[in-house]
Amino acid sequence: MAEISKSLKSEKAQEAAVAERTKDRRIYNPAVDILEDADNLYIYADMPGADDKSVNVSLENDVLTIEAQSQDVSFDKHDVTYTEYGVGDYYRAFTLNETVDRDKIEARVKNGVLNIVLPKAEAVKPRSIPIKVG
Amino acid sequence: MITIERPFFRWDPWREMDRLQREMTGVFNLPRRRAAVFPPLNIHTGDDDVIITSEIPGIDPADVELTVTGDTLTIKGLRKEHETKEGETWHRRERGSGNFYRTVQLPYNVDGNKVQADYVNGVLKIVLPRAEADKPRKISVTSGK
Repeated sequence: MAEISKSLKSEKAQEAAVAERTKDRRIYNPAVDILEDADNLYIYADMPGADDKSVNVSLENDVLTIEAQSQDVSFDKHDVTYTEYGVGDYYRAFTLNETVDRDKIEARVKNGVLNIVLPKAEAVKPRSIPIKVG
Repeated sequence: MITIERPFFRWDPWREMDRLQREMTGVFNLPRRRAAVFPPLNIHTGDDDVIITSEIPGIDPADVELTVTGDTLTIKGLRKEHETKEGETWHRRERGSGNFYRTVQLPYNVDGNKVQADYVNGVLKIVLPRAEADKPRKISVTSGK
């Protein structure tokens, strides 16, 4: 049940921004991997064609938005004879459950994969409490 | 609506719940950009060469092997799996990994020695020049006598 409410949340965030776009370009939902360990939350997103200049990561309230523009691919005197993928921009938003230390967020793009490291805020990190005998 | 009685299948509440669950997941899943094949290719054909672009994000170009024979191109490669470290838990796993293999038939024979490939921002671009012997030739017609 928790899973469903989470995906509902992310859908809401999605719709709000996709509704109005001035640029007439196709927008794709990048495939993502999301992992978590004790200290950080890691997001990997496939955004082929995007580079460090075109990717935009923002965190507002607890909605993390990733966006990227990719260049159109066309060649002079060549006709597109067969297509299996479309080229467009990328957009996806997530509602974060965890409290993130927003000053320490790191994002990097390599080979068309966006990698975001979101360090958890000190307050929410698991702490082990020593138990005294006495 | 026509209902057909199927004597072999009794109404199964578990199956019904399974179906319902599948329908619900369909509602919550957003449209994803996922081709049925990996890696997806686009082919741009010119008079003198074919350019193939393919989206293969997050690989090491050294892990891709291209072979050309006549008018057939083979793309072989590996997209490494994320090594789950201790204490890591997955929230979502949508990006695929593993070995991939594709064979494409090109519109004409290409010169295997002149094929060039580069990998930029997760997009592989292969330029395959048409073989000299395969190029169309203009034959001028001379009048006899």
